[in-house]
Amino acid sequence: MATETLGATAVVPKRKIVSELTQQRARAARLFLIPMLIALAIVAGWPLLRSIYFSFTDASLTNLAGAEWIGFGNYLRWQVLDSGAVRYRGLLVDPNWWNAVWNTVRFAFTSVAFEAVLGMIVALVLNAEFKGRGIVRAAILIPWAIPTIVSARMWSWMLNDQFGILNDLGMRLGLLSQKVAWTASADTAMTAVLIVDIWKTTPFMALLILAGLQMIPKDIYEAAEIDGVHPVKQFFKITLPLVRPALMVAIIFRLLDALRIFDLIYVLTPNSAATKTMSVLARENLFDFDKFAYGSAMSTLLFLIIALLTILYIWLGRVRFDGGDR
Amino acid sequence: MAAIELRNVRKAFGMVEVIKGVDLEVRKGEFMVFVGPSGCGKSTLLRLISGLEDITSGEMLFDGKVVNALAPSKRGIAMVFQSYALYPHMTVYENMAFGLTLEKGKDKEEIRRRVEKAADMLQIRQYLDRLPKQLSGGQRQRVAIGRAITRDPKVFLFDEPLSNLDAALRVATRIEIAKLHEGMHDTTMIYVTHDQVEAMTLADRICVLRDGLVEQVGTPMELYEKPDSLFVAGFIGSPKMNFIAGDKAAAFSCATLGVRGEHMEIRPDGIWEGTVIHTENLGADTYVYLEMGQEEPVVVRIEGAAEYASGTVLRVSPIEAKVHRFNEAGKPVR
Repeated sequence: MATETLGATAVVPKRKIVSELTQQRARAARLFLIPMLIALAIVAGWPLLRSIYFSFTDASLTNLAGAEWIGFGNYLRWQVLDSGAVRYRGLLVDPNWWNAVWNTVRFAFTSVAFEAVLGMIVALVLNAEFKGRGIVRAAILIPWAIPTIVSARMWSWMLNDQFGILNDLGMRLGLLSQKVAWTASADTAMTAVLIVDIWKTTPFMALLILAGLQMIPKDIYEAAEIDGVHPVKQFFKITLPLVRPALMVAIIFRLLDALRIFDLIYVLTPNSAATKTMSVLARENLFDFDKFAYGSAMSTLLFLIIALLTILYIWLGRVRFDGGDR
Repeated sequence: MAAIELRNVRKAFGMVEVIKGVDLEVRKGEFMVFVGPSGCGKSTLLRLISGLEDITSGEMLFDGKVVNALAPSKRGIAMVFQSYALYPHMTVYENMAFGLTLEKGKDKEEIRRRVEKAADMLQIRQYLDRLPKQLSGGQRQRVAIGRAITRDPKVFLFDEPLSNLDAALRVATRIEIAKLHEGMHDTTMIYVTHDQVEAMTLADRICVLRDGLVEQVGTPMELYEKPDSLFVAGFIGSPKMNFIAGDKAAAFSCATLGVRGEHMEIRPDGIWEGTVIHTENLGADTYVYLEMGQEEPVVVRIEGAAEYASGTVLRVSPIEAKVHRFNEAGKPVR
């Protein structure tokens, strides 16, 4: 019976034979990993653990050392009133928090969706042969290269309700009937933030997708040409499936980034409930309101939400980081 | 089934002219091989016929109709690429069926029938559910050929299809392509290779290209027996034809005398004398390399195994009826 097994189904030896070379490689790999692991533990692991710890205490900014353990109180606590009614308090029932969660998720999914589509279009254009392609490739990266603080300030002037160029243009061209306070008005604040973020990060997305596009061999497009595949169909049946692994990784990078958005919103629309995200709210509580423990609880939940969404995305999207597909 | 005619076809990439005015007729159902050294334009010529490249000037006719601007998919062609060009994310079945599913009015049953027929022909039926990356090079090449067959083309184009295979597989696949041609004798086939053995064994007619121009077109035996130039004489046949110049050629009243290794005899009364510098024993025959004061050593091909120690002095003669005489311009003297 066993004699018929051939090739792939060959009898697997019970004990794995590990050659000296393999052992040596594993040792070298561990050695190279150690510095990074130490650095990560210091700059990421330790602060994370501290934040989680503080979220279970009554720590305040002025008295970190004297923090005392209070359990889940920052997240949820309740009080039975004399009338018999129960009053819940804490982060999990804080409407400000859930508003920030909703803002963040709405912002992240909208911006990443636009960036993915626009990034794909830009990448397809940059992948084509034309004169001056190198210059265009470099030029398109400029928004990404400008520090967020600078571009946010730049846009806030452009979006300014009195002197902004966008309002001026809109009025002159007759697109606007009156000047709009883009960043101050609750109706338009999120749109303003989205416009700036999409403008800023589409190049990054485009570049990651372009790298994926360039991995696709040219000759299969010639085969498709001979098969008579319409260009639109070529995109959906050939390009998209083949660039999918790169696209999925690009999206997850951007999603992680977008879910913890802080600087753009902090500069562009400070104190607007319409755009306040989890990070902005957490910082506010940590440092401005002197509710250090409460802010820590927010940071911890933010971490858990991002982790959950990322795991869900990797699992549902069957993302693989080794460049393969499925 | 289609006859292809090229009239003064030229192709330039920017300033560089690659095809410099080719006139050629490929007959219906013919197996035509384009052969030539690297950079002679043979692959470009094939791509012009396929329509993947536009011709710069001249005319291309399929069955008497000008197809200069016709899209590849409308020319009734199928192409097998050197790199196979399979769709990596599709199974073998999907690869073979993809072109068909796009044609209107093809029901699934008919597509399945056609794919399976082609798969049977190439013995790849058991691989239909696999992805290209799960196949060996030879199997991928069969899938690429199978994909072309399912299109039921009038013209079959091969762009160096065997160059990525190892020697044994190359011979086996070569034979299969020859069988394929027999089974599809209505289909015109054009095959590009730099390997003159492939050209000799597969072709009904060979077109030898050099520097973007047709050097000679003819059946393999015509090219072997009556090469139109020194270039063709040197390109066709293995080992390469010996070119003998100087006084020895003058004795035959020509500038260059071409003698194939198999048309040299070692005999005591030979008219030329040479020193053995190397012997290659191939089993069935032996190549003896002689130093005879020519630019390159002269090869003598003798049947069976033979041993000649280096340094041995031998006398050889060409078989007079088989020599090729060329003038100073490299053209034959007849």
